[in-house]
Amino acid sequence: MSEQVHDLSQAAPSLLSSKGDDDIIQINAMHKWYGDFHVLKNINLTVKSKERIVICGPSGSGKSTLIRCINRLEEHQQGDIIVDGIELTNDLKNIDLIRREVGMVFQHFNLFPHLTVLENCTLGPIWVRQTPKKLAEETAMKFLEKVKIPEQALKFPGQLSGGQQQRVAIARSLCMNPKIMLFDEPTSALDPEMIKEVLDTMIELAETGMTMLCVTHEMGFAKTVADRVIFMDGGEIIEENVPDDFFDNPQHERTKLFLSQILAH
Amino acid sequence: MSQATMSSGQTYKPGEHPSLPPPSSVKGPIAWAKENLFGSITNTLLTLLALYFLYKIIPALAQWMYVDAVFTGESRNDCRAQAPGACWAFIGSRLKLFIYGFYPEPERWRVNLSAVLLILALIPVLFDNVPHRGKALIYSCVYPLIAAWLLVGGFGLTRVPTDQFGGLMLNVVIGVTGIVFSLPIGICLALGRRSNLPIIRILSVSFIEFIRGVPLITLLFVAAVMLSYFVPPGTNFDLLVRMLIMVTLFASGYMAEVIRGGLQAIPRGQYEAADAMGLKYWQSMRLIVLPQALKISIPGIVNTFIGLYKDTTLVIVIGRLDILGIGNSSLADSKWQGLSTEVYVFVAVFFFISCFLMSRYSLYLEKKLHSGH
Repeated sequence: MSEQVHDLSQAAPSLLSSKGDDDIIQINAMHKWYGDFHVLKNINLTVKSKERIVICGPSGSGKSTLIRCINRLEEHQQGDIIVDGIELTNDLKNIDLIRREVGMVFQHFNLFPHLTVLENCTLGPIWVRQTPKKLAEETAMKFLEKVKIPEQALKFPGQLSGGQQQRVAIARSLCMNPKIMLFDEPTSALDPEMIKEVLDTMIELAETGMTMLCVTHEMGFAKTVADRVIFMDGGEIIEENVPDDFFDNPQHERTKLFLSQILAH
Repeated sequence: MSQATMSSGQTYKPGEHPSLPPPSSVKGPIAWAKENLFGSITNTLLTLLALYFLYKIIPALAQWMYVDAVFTGESRNDCRAQAPGACWAFIGSRLKLFIYGFYPEPERWRVNLSAVLLILALIPVLFDNVPHRGKALIYSCVYPLIAAWLLVGGFGLTRVPTDQFGGLMLNVVIGVTGIVFSLPIGICLALGRRSNLPIIRILSVSFIEFIRGVPLITLLFVAAVMLSYFVPPGTNFDLLVRMLIMVTLFASGYMAEVIRGGLQAIPRGQYEAADAMGLKYWQSMRLIVLPQALKISIPGIVNTFIGLYKDTTLVIVIGRLDILGIGNSSLADSKWQGLSTEVYVFVAVFFFISCFLMSRYSLYLEKKLHSGH
C-alpha cells in the first residue's frame, strides 16, 4: 500500500481509482427473507462515490438489514448488489475483497475488549492488508488523533466511555482505508451528552468526501450532512429525496407520520 | 468518627466538593473482620464454629504429622517404639520407588533431567514476560520430543521399556501429555461442533458425545485389550502410548464442551466486527474469538486439567503402578504392614500440591487477563 493514508482529508478514494462510472454501490431488485419473513422487498439503490446517504425509518423497517447486506453480514436471496465494481455472490473471495473496502461502525461499537485501543486499530491493517506493524501503528495514531483520543491508545475499550468507544470504532474502520463507510445507528446506544462528540466526528469525516451510508435517527445530522435521505418502512424504500425537500415537503403519508412522530418533541 | 465529623463539619461550594478518604469504619482489618466474620448473628455463630473445629483439628494433625512423627527407622515396630505419630520413615525408605517406579537405577538421571527441562519448557508457556519468549516457545514445542527420547531411550541412550515407568513419574508423564494435547484437540472439536459444515459438525458432535458417554476406565480397558485387534498383527503398539491417547481423547471431549461454553458467551457483534474488517475465519477465531472464549473458560479448563491429572491414577486398572499403585503395593511389605494412613496421606499431599498450584496459576491468569470490562 504505497498510498497509505494518514489523513481524513485523503481518506476518500480518488475518482481515478473507482472502476467504471462513479456508482460505487448498485443494488438492483434485491430481496431478502429471514425464514418466511420478507424483510427487504425489491430494493433499488444506487450510491455515487462521495455521496452521503442517511437511511431512516421505524424500527423493524429493514434499514439495518439493508446496510448489513452491503458488506454481506446478511445474505440476500434475490437481486444483485455490486460494490466498487465487485458483485456480491457466495464467492468468499469477492466477499473478502468488498469487506476490505467497506468499513462498518456498529450500534454497540463491537470493539475487541481483549485488545488495547491501538491494537483494535492496527489489527485489520496488519492481518488483512499486510501492513508492517510500525506503519499500521503510525496510521492508527493519526486516526486516533483525528477522532481526538490519541491519549487513550494504550487503554482497553472497557476503560473508555461510550462516546470514546464509538470514536475508536470509527478510527478502527478508517485505519483500513475504506472507500465506503457504513454506520448502523452509531449513536443509538449513547448517552445524550456523548452523541454530539460522535456526530462531530462523523460530520468531519463527511467533509473529507468519504462515501457514507448512515442508519440513524439523528435528523439534525441528516439535515447538515446528507446528500440524500432514504425513508424505509416495512422492508421497502418508501421515499428518497434531498434533505430539504424530504423534511419540508414529504410526499408519502407514511413519511409524514414518521417525521411528525420523531420531530414532535 | 473524627473524620466523619470533619467532613460533615466542613462546607464546600456546589461543584467543589473534593473526594475524601473513607472513614476508618469502612476500611482496615477490624472493619474487614466486623463486616466479613461477625456481620450478623448467623455469621458470628459460623465463625465461632469454624474456629472451634480448627482448634480441634489442627493441633491433633500437627501432633500426628510432625511432633510425634518418626522420620528414621527400619520397620514399623521400630517407628512405633520411638513415637506414636506418623511413621514417615516408611515413605522415606521407599521414596525412590514412589518417584521413579521401576525405572532402572543407573538411568534415573534421565528422569531428573527431563523434569528440569519440563520446568524450563513450562516457564515461557506460563509467563509472558520472559525474555526472548518467542525463541523459548520453540524450545517448549520441541520439548515433548526431547522428553520422549530421554525417557524411552534409543538413539544412543539405553532403551527403557515403558512398563518400567511408574510412580510419580508415570502420573506426570500421562498428566502432562494429556494436558498439552487435550487443549488444542478440544479447541478444534469445539469449533467443529459450531461449524457450518455438516460433516465436520456431525463428526465433532458424535466424538464428543461418545467420549462423554463412556467411563474412562472402559476406554483404558479398550486401549489395553481391544486396540490390538485393530492394528495389524505383529505391530508393537506400546501400551503406554495407547493409554496416553485414550486419556488425551477423553480429556479433549470434556475440554471441547468447556470451550464451547466460552465460545457461546462471545457476543455476535464480535464475530460481525471481525467479519466486517475482512478477517478470514481462522484469523478471526485466533485473534478475536478464541482469546476471549478461552479467557472465559479458564476455570473450566483448569477444572478439566485437574480432573485429568487425578484420573491418571486409573492406570492401575491396566496393571501399571503410578504413585498410588506403588503405595498400595508397598503396603504388602510385612516389615511395614499397617501404615496405609501414611501412604495415602503422602499421595494425597502430592496430588494436592500439584492441583493447588494449577488452580493458583489459573487465578493468576484470570487476574492478569482482566482488561477492565
